[in-house]
Amino acid sequence: MLSVSIKKKLKTFTLNLEFDVDHEVTALLGPSGSGKTTTLHCISGLEHPDEGEIALNGCVLYKNGEKPVPVQRRNIGYVFQDYALFPHMTVRKNILYGAKNPDQVVPLAETIGIGHLLEEYPGQISGGEKQRVALARAFATEPELLLLDEPFSSLDVKVKKECYEELLRLHKKWSMPIILVTHDREEAETLADRMIHIDHGKQRVES
Amino acid sequence: MSYSPLILSLQIATIATVIVFFFGVLLARLISRKIFPGKSIVEALILLPLVLPPTVVGFGLLFLFGRNGPIGRVLWEWFEFQIVFSWVGAVVAAVVVSFPLMYQSASAAFQNYDHNVENAALTMGASKLKVFFTVSFPLAWPGLLAGLVLSFARALGEFGATLMIAGYIPGETDTIPLAIYFAVEAGKMEQAYMWVLIIVALGFSSILWLNWWTKRNVMAFRQTK
Repeated sequence: MLSVSIKKKLKTFTLNLEFDVDHEVTALLGPSGSGKTTTLHCISGLEHPDEGEIALNGCVLYKNGEKPVPVQRRNIGYVFQDYALFPHMTVRKNILYGAKNPDQVVPLAETIGIGHLLEEYPGQISGGEKQRVALARAFATEPELLLLDEPFSSLDVKVKKECYEELLRLHKKWSMPIILVTHDREEAETLADRMIHIDHGKQRVES
Repeated sequence: MSYSPLILSLQIATIATVIVFFFGVLLARLISRKIFPGKSIVEALILLPLVLPPTVVGFGLLFLFGRNGPIGRVLWEWFEFQIVFSWVGAVVAAVVVSFPLMYQSASAAFQNYDHNVENAALTMGASKLKVFFTVSFPLAWPGLLAGLVLSFARALGEFGATLMIAGYIPGETDTIPLAIYFAVEAGKMEQAYMWVLIIVALGFSSILWLNWWTKRNVMAFRQTK
């Protein structure tokens, strides 16, 4: 379980959040610039909050006045908005990069439906395929928590629907906590068990 | 006629390029993407040798490394080593004039790709060193290589600062550009022609090779469907 209680001063407002995430899909919903990505950065360790506490499965990742656990040792998967695939590596090498269990890379790729793309470079595959590769790459690190930053925003409607189903299927299979950042209410309603609204750094409603 | 100017030029340019590449890449990676007070002043200082007349650079080096200069004195008193009027002086001159080219290319190269790929590698458990060698460096490599070739060509062609700090000592500091100047001075036009041809061929082929290499290797993974 993840528990977050953080404060961080941003340019025009202060991010002030407090929530828990269990083995479910939680959507962080809010307009652009509301502090969603910063929240994910703080959880993953790419940035640090000014104060508060972040704990995952009993392990304190960040706490006031203590040295935060570095990003490399948090074991949190992160799928970036533009996927951030390594353009100079094949799909296979992308997935292998942080894989805990290299033997599982091929079965994993097949489960996610990209088994036939392993020798291609990211520049040679479509947006939907890239999105799957990014998911596979994050899953291969066997994370305790998965963060998705607007992972479907650059896909067309048909591909988006397929990816939604894919994600729900994988979540059912592996049942790990997922935080999904989105500004699309419909997307949040389709995928999430729970929604947290953020606006100008403040948590508004929880449904 | 001796071939020493060719060998000496290649030796000096190679050593200078290795030094410039190492420090240029390091410095560019450390500061090019950071914002800190005084950054533009630091960058202006780095790029200064690019716009100054080489004689001014040579004058500055002479001041620093001369027997009475702040660095020159220490080197002489501690190691009895003198940079002025030695081939090491020519290396120092080549380093200073080619450093801005390497820094500029490297700085652009490190800003030329999506930085989230580095963040992604970090979230996958890679150490900062691993991220640098497996992600940042390969992605910046085309730009770094361009800087490397430009720096080498600039180091090879250095004349003004070299003459000021290393002088013209046949067999010791007579690089090709200096050999050309002094051959013309002495009326040995045939010798000058030959060195001119050699240095044009060297410069031309390195640029040609760089263009060919870039087309062949960089476009490979940038291809889109």
